[in-house]
Amino acid sequence: MATPTMDKLEALEADSASSHLIAVTFRIRRFNPEVSADASWEDFRIDIDPKERVLDALHKIKWDVDGTLTFRRSCAHGICGSDAMRINGRNRLACKTLIKDIVSFDKSGAVSKPVTIEAIKGLTVLKDLIVDMDPFFQAYRDVMPFLVTTGNEPTRERLQSAEDRERFDDTTKCILCAACTSSCPVFWNDGQYFGPAAIVNAHRFIFDSRDEAGEQRLEILNDKDGVWRCRTTFNCTDACPRGIEVTKAIQEVKRALITRRF
Amino acid sequence: MSSNNAVTETSSAIGVVEGESLYDVDHPAPVIEAPRQRTNKTPKATRGNFEMAAWLFMRLSGVVLVVLVIGHLLIQLVLDGGVSKIGFAFVAGRWASPFWQVWDLLMLWLAMLHGANGLRTIINDYAERANTRLWLKGLLYTATVFTILLGSLVIFTFDPNIR
Ligand code: HEM
Ligand code: SF4
Ligand code: FES
Repeated sequence: MATPTMDKLEALEADSASSHLIAVTFRIRRFNPEVSADASWEDFRIDIDPKERVLDALHKIKWDVDGTLTFRRSCAHGICGSDAMRINGRNRLACKTLIKDIVSFDKSGAVSKPVTIEAIKGLTVLKDLIVDMDPFFQAYRDVMPFLVTTGNEPTRERLQSAEDRERFDDTTKCILCAACTSSCPVFWNDGQYFGPAAIVNAHRFIFDSRDEAGEQRLEILNDKDGVWRCRTTFNCTDACPRGIEVTKAIQEVKRALITRRF
Repeated sequence: MSSNNAVTETSSAIGVVEGESLYDVDHPAPVIEAPRQRTNKTPKATRGNFEMAAWLFMRLSGVVLVVLVIGHLLIQLVLDGGVSKIGFAFVAGRWASPFWQVWDLLMLWLAMLHGANGLRTIINDYAERANTRLWLKGLLYTATVFTILLGSLVIFTFDPNIR
């Protein structure tokens, strides 16, 4: 994939000095309850550097073409988790997705298909690409994502061996972008399911040797809307922009529940 | 109504539909809701290990079913002349042996419970309204119990001399 695309790009660049820009159509699913009860697709065709990101394209559209386009973003560098969206049917961060990686070219070197952008699925759409994240964060809060200890505060740091730290290293990377939870078909159909992100963040503390509420969190996830609803589809692992092995973390929680060892 | 400024002056991307829009800033349309959302009123942990047991059962019964079902298919459909051999006498001959009785009984119970629990998960996944769930599950459990009981009855009371 990458090589032919780069060849085309280099050929394009050789053509003329200004033509490092390519014309891309962004097909964005829009919804504005103040205007219509229905969502609809709208095309924006703009010239953009293929090395820029989808977020840059959204900025260009919002700043130069249509100021009513509404989306969340904050850090623009893959840290805050604000801009998860469905790009060409897959959940990604707009700020981590390069145009060149998602457009395809036809024989003449022109972009052959529009790039589709829509809000993440399974959460209430409020406007354009903005969804109501409350149910997502409710599930997060419900797994107690904080350190729980008993006894007196130690006077120095709580020590932990490198091996113990390693057990939950992967799940510390979560930025709560909801890409995983909103890629899960179980969650799409039933938002009562805790969803992968909540389980990832429970895993973060269940397997932390310094934490003492592992049993409690396991009991919470033993619920009928807990880990047992996971059907191992791996959508979450594919979606995670941080490369967290989400499905593996969920399986580790299942195993801990069965063996009661963690 | 008669004024021609009915055409909403909007730079919004969503094109002005014919006539006046039903919705405006003060009267927005309902947002597009997702099914069965979690709120802070969602009941917290229900005690008990039923879901874990069901999950384990699916995997364990699955492993046993591989042997039972493949064996069953081989005997019924492949070996020794395939389907053409199946008849009353063939069934009567096999059920004369307690081994095949237990085999078929086990297969009946495991497949029915496995299939029923699988459908239960699917109903939980897809039925959004509490009432729909209730009725579908009611139907499922009734059919399951009926089939298991009828099947067991047949296996235990089978009379090869019936005419
Ligand atoms: C042949 C050996 C079989 C194996 C190894 C097997 C294994 C499994 C497993 C592991 C699951 C759980 C999937 C999940 O939770 O993600 C499952 C689900 C299911 N099984 Fe089986 N099974 C077998 C035979 C059968 C039979 C004979 C039936 C029908 C009576 C059946 C009907 C179902 C249904 C309806 C589901 C739910 C589907 C779903 O979860 O998406 N299975 N099976
Ligand atoms: S696990 Fe990955 S996809 Fe899920 S919320 Fe965290 S960072 Fe996002
Ligand atoms: S804008 Fe912060 S993660 Fe993309």
